[in-house]
Amino acid sequence: MSTAVFKPSKSQLADQSDGASNYLNAGFSAKSWLLTVDHKRIAILYLISITLFFFLGGLFAVLIRLELLTPQGDLMQAETYNKMFTMHGIVMIFFFLIPSIPAVLGNFLIPLMIGAKDLAFPRINLLSWYIYSVGGLFTFAAIVFGGVDTGWTFYTPYSSTYSNSNVILVAVGVFITGFSSILTGLNFIVTIHKMRAPGMTWFRLPLFVWAHYATSIIQVLGTPVVTAAIMLIGLERLFGFGIFDPKLGGDPLLFQHLFWFYSHPAVYIMILPGMGVISEVITCFAKKKVFGYSFIAFSSIAIAVLGFLVWGHHMFTSGQSVYTSLVFSILTFLVAVPSAIKVFNWTATLYKGAVSYDAPMLYALGFIGLFTIGGLTGIFLGTLAVDVHVHDTYFVVAHFHYIMVGGAIMAYMAGLHFWWPKITGRLYPEGWARFSALVIFIGFHLTFFPQFIVGYLGMPRRYHVYPEEFQILNVLSTAGATILGVGYLIPLIYFTWSLKSGPKASANPWGAKGLEWEKASSPPSQYNFEKTPVVTEEAYDYEPTIWLK
Amino acid sequence: MSQHIVPMRVYFVIFFSLLILTAVTVWVAFFDLGAVNDAVALGIATTKAMLVILYFMHVRYSSKLTWIFAATGFLFLIILLAFTLSDVLTRDWIPVSAGWGGGAQ
Repeated sequence: MSTAVFKPSKSQLADQSDGASNYLNAGFSAKSWLLTVDHKRIAILYLISITLFFFLGGLFAVLIRLELLTPQGDLMQAETYNKMFTMHGIVMIFFFLIPSIPAVLGNFLIPLMIGAKDLAFPRINLLSWYIYSVGGLFTFAAIVFGGVDTGWTFYTPYSSTYSNSNVILVAVGVFITGFSSILTGLNFIVTIHKMRAPGMTWFRLPLFVWAHYATSIIQVLGTPVVTAAIMLIGLERLFGFGIFDPKLGGDPLLFQHLFWFYSHPAVYIMILPGMGVISEVITCFAKKKVFGYSFIAFSSIAIAVLGFLVWGHHMFTSGQSVYTSLVFSILTFLVAVPSAIKVFNWTATLYKGAVSYDAPMLYALGFIGLFTIGGLTGIFLGTLAVDVHVHDTYFVVAHFHYIMVGGAIMAYMAGLHFWWPKITGRLYPEGWARFSALVIFIGFHLTFFPQFIVGYLGMPRRYHVYPEEFQILNVLSTAGATILGVGYLIPLIYFTWSLKSGPKASANPWGAKGLEWEKASSPPSQYNFEKTPVVTEEAYDYEPTIWLK
Repeated sequence: MSQHIVPMRVYFVIFFSLLILTAVTVWVAFFDLGAVNDAVALGIATTKAMLVILYFMHVRYSSKLTWIFAATGFLFLIILLAFTLSDVLTRDWIPVSAGWGGGAQ
């Protein structure tokens, strides 16, 4: 790959004399990585693991889209298709989206951002990765031994009584991985409370840290419930417990309550850290203090709390009480308020800012648009009467992909590009990065926007055959998925290239504010800072440039 | 961080209290108390959980911040139970439609 496609400025490049010891050259043996308690190395271990799962989940998505290219079921049988979308969902949600930003970027950055040497419990941090890996191995084994066909939601009584696939193996994998998430959240909460540098008050914390604090609350409070619910499926399947089976006095809807009590807030586990990334990127590339710091900070907490009060909107058509559905519908509208506050505040931050369109900013701007579409269509689905019409159609599929892919993955890509020079000490080819951001944006819309239409027209999700009149929209969607796939492969290539051949990055190539940029080298030293930093200014204290003129 | 030293005697008292409450759970299961069956069983279980949290997990001797986090866990448990029960208890308030042919049952 030629470096001629981008020209880093002098301030982005490191001095040639920069050859100091850092966390990457602190040890080269396998043991130094596999037994490390350094939060930065553990973040790299997570980065490698979740990237593998991302492409595994992506492979299932490719097969799903290929099957849907034609109305007939000509690539695979119905049972195989069931397994494809189930494994796509399980891998992407439990093994990529939930750990992605917290376990990689959060792990790497939170101690750096608050001026600490490490997380509060470094060994528990490593344990989290091992637990995640063991859970991943169980799930991978389930795939190898034939997969599972329950949908990622494990709805009873199918999962607990009727399915003949590897429900137990996957349930064990998800059960184990839940503990990894709980321990990471616990570690973040204690670290943020106890390990802030002198002068780093709560209202000087970067908004990325606020977002992770809110996320951690959900991880600690919600994950045990889904873990227990999945364990109950195992017990009912193996020993005939009458928890969910009506014949034994159980209630199938009880599982949906337990599952969504976690799994709706889990959407916020995916999106809140992404919102933290966007706050950092927008301020840096607008070179302007964030608009309404405290509103953005408290809206993260509000989303975390309100997110626990809306789970019943997944059950409007499942036989849930109409009265309960009414309450859940109203509460669902409420959760839109803090989300909207963030979007308005980011937009206001851009106003009269010195905006530059580097790759992280392109991803961040993409996030704002896509998340807004995803959020607004969520209001459609939170409305009782509309939900009855579009429930379990491709409209729902499009909606949550706009949140999870258009929101969470765009934010993850924004963050990865923004902090890549800090993490690796190398620059990537900016031209290719901007190109891939545009390819992903276009590919994403082409994949998922037709799904809103085909869903509204009545195409149900989770079927491998469909009426011929839906083919054009499905072909468009599959074509978009191809572009999207290419868009994700390009960064994989240039990031890998930059590890060895990318120009060395300076400590602060973006001219950003924050301890990780201003007080730590690129890549940071083993203990982050030469001496504990003392914080004397607010977050995002950029020099007033355009907006005061 | 200051550590509160708990006398061994306290641990033994709590441990035997838990054993006794377990025996009470089994004993009470042999009596049909009608509507309060569940309430009694849950009451004993909650008491046991409180003893474990307060003494074995040292929450009783911990900071106010720890109390807040422990209480938050209970608050969210109440949210889970309250909304779930609101569904279960009001499901039959509106009769379920029998479909196109039947009308309301």
